[in-house]
Amino acid sequence: MNYPENFHYTKEHEWVSVEGDVGTIGITDHAQHELGDIVYVDLPRAGTSVTQGKTIGSVESVKAVSDIYSPVSGEVIEANQVLAEAPEKLNDDPHGVAWLVKIRLASPEEIKNLLSAADYRTYIGVE
Amino acid sequence: MRYLPKSDSERRQMLDACGLGSTEDLFSQLPEEARLHRPLRLDPGKSEYEIVDWFRARGSETALGYASFLGAGVYNHFRPVMVDTVVSRGEFLTSYTPYQAEISQGTLTTIFEFQTMICQLTGMEVANASMYDGSTAVPEAAMMAVRITGRHKILVARSVHPEYREVLKTYCQHQAMPIDEVAFDPRQGSLQLADTDAKLSDEVAAVIIQSPNFFGIVEEVKAAADLAHRHGALLVVVFTEAVALGLLEPPREADIVAGELQSFAIPPSYGGPFAGIIATREKYIRQIPGRLVGETKDANGNRAFCLTLSTREQHIRREKATSNICTNQALIALMATVFMTVYGREGLRELARQNLSKAHYLARGLNRRFGGAFFNEFVIEAPESLNEELLRERIIGGVPLARWYPELQDTMLVCATEITRREHMDTFQRVARAVSEPVLAEGARR
Repeated sequence: MNYPENFHYTKEHEWVSVEGDVGTIGITDHAQHELGDIVYVDLPRAGTSVTQGKTIGSVESVKAVSDIYSPVSGEVIEANQVLAEAPEKLNDDPHGVAWLVKIRLASPEEIKNLLSAADYRTYIGVE
Repeated sequence: MRYLPKSDSERRQMLDACGLGSTEDLFSQLPEEARLHRPLRLDPGKSEYEIVDWFRARGSETALGYASFLGAGVYNHFRPVMVDTVVSRGEFLTSYTPYQAEISQGTLTTIFEFQTMICQLTGMEVANASMYDGSTAVPEAAMMAVRITGRHKILVARSVHPEYREVLKTYCQHQAMPIDEVAFDPRQGSLQLADTDAKLSDEVAAVIIQSPNFFGIVEEVKAAADLAHRHGALLVVVFTEAVALGLLEPPREADIVAGELQSFAIPPSYGGPFAGIIATREKYIRQIPGRLVGETKDANGNRAFCLTLSTREQHIRREKATSNICTNQALIALMATVFMTVYGREGLRELARQNLSKAHYLARGLNRRFGGAFFNEFVIEAPESLNEELLRERIIGGVPLARWYPELQDTMLVCATEITRREHMDTFQRVARAVSEPVLAEGARR
């Protein structure tokens, strides 16, 4: 799987893609693969304040429920409605249509704490 | 695992491991005035014969042979013989939680039937495998509404069972869930819609009402639902007298229904164990607390049952579970399941009709406090001395309400069910008339 170079990654297997002061957050292909068939996604409402490294929701697969940790701090401006109807899209396209939430960044400098695509690939042991 | 007490040497080993000299040292941080400093006053071991004898003696001290008009959340109904026959079967009586579907189809089937019947009864789409009782189902419904709406305030009608409201307070007080109470109409005894409307805001997660309410009055569920929904809040409908559902419209307009099934063949037993229910709409299924049994297919394609959506539950989600209830009242709920099966839809309707007619017969000769439509219990104006007079006639009277409602001095809640006999109702009315006359005379003097 391709891990986009312009994304920033966490050790908890989330990604964030930044455009201006808005970060789009998702879970990685590695995460969806480890979870297996995803059946439900619990996301925060618009307006919720989130903090880097804190739980913002959860992803439920047939095997387990895993928390989603926010890679950045800020305010949720949109949750992906596609996932309410079709959570399985997270298995098909985790880096694309199945993004989770968009966040207005409170501290853009936090991005420095995150992994590059190359570092993330090394971390999960793929080249 | 064997449930045997520890030997002295095992106790010594445990104390040594903790670096303690004696068991007493474990309690050293407790304040002195809270310590007993003597063994409990328990009799030495007794023979089986002595135990049976003791319980027979205590049994004869109870109110056997007395007619009772008590209701207020615990009701005297007939228990079909088949109920105990089924629940006494070892397969049900001794079985453990049905985690392992391949060896638990019997238990799982009865729970699935239970859930199905509760949905039919309440007009909801999903019901869980049962709760501890009605009182604990109420705060669970409130917490569910908080999770669904993202709001925190709870509005509860004062006409909800006062003890249920106390349990609600206990659950809410440390969860940043403020509670406000809604008044009842002093003439009708029903929910005051104007007060509900005034107290609703965009901070309210749920409006909790009971129907029939604590005073026995049937509430207008739809009107309350419309008010709550207009403010984006959920409506929780509570019931304590499940038999009423045999006759009343199911509370379909509710978002969550929480109730008590004691009336369905569960013995009063000094107040428990009972079984509660919680039911809701399918769209809220992931926020429902407790256990759910679902229908599935086994490896050979046959219809089968299993625990489902367990990822909401504490044994998997730990502190992030929807609730800390991690079990259900399987055996007690089975009593209700057998009851519902024995009576069926028509039987339950007939049973409810009998309750209604008897209670209305009783009410005709008494001084009702509220004007609202009632099912099988109602509030009367009577001095507490009425209960003393009734006892002389071997009748246990009503529940005085001033204990919970200071404004309802000299009132009591009385209940008649299918097993209440006409002769006892006639006696009740005669004694009530005799007792109230001197009170009226005294009132006239003042």
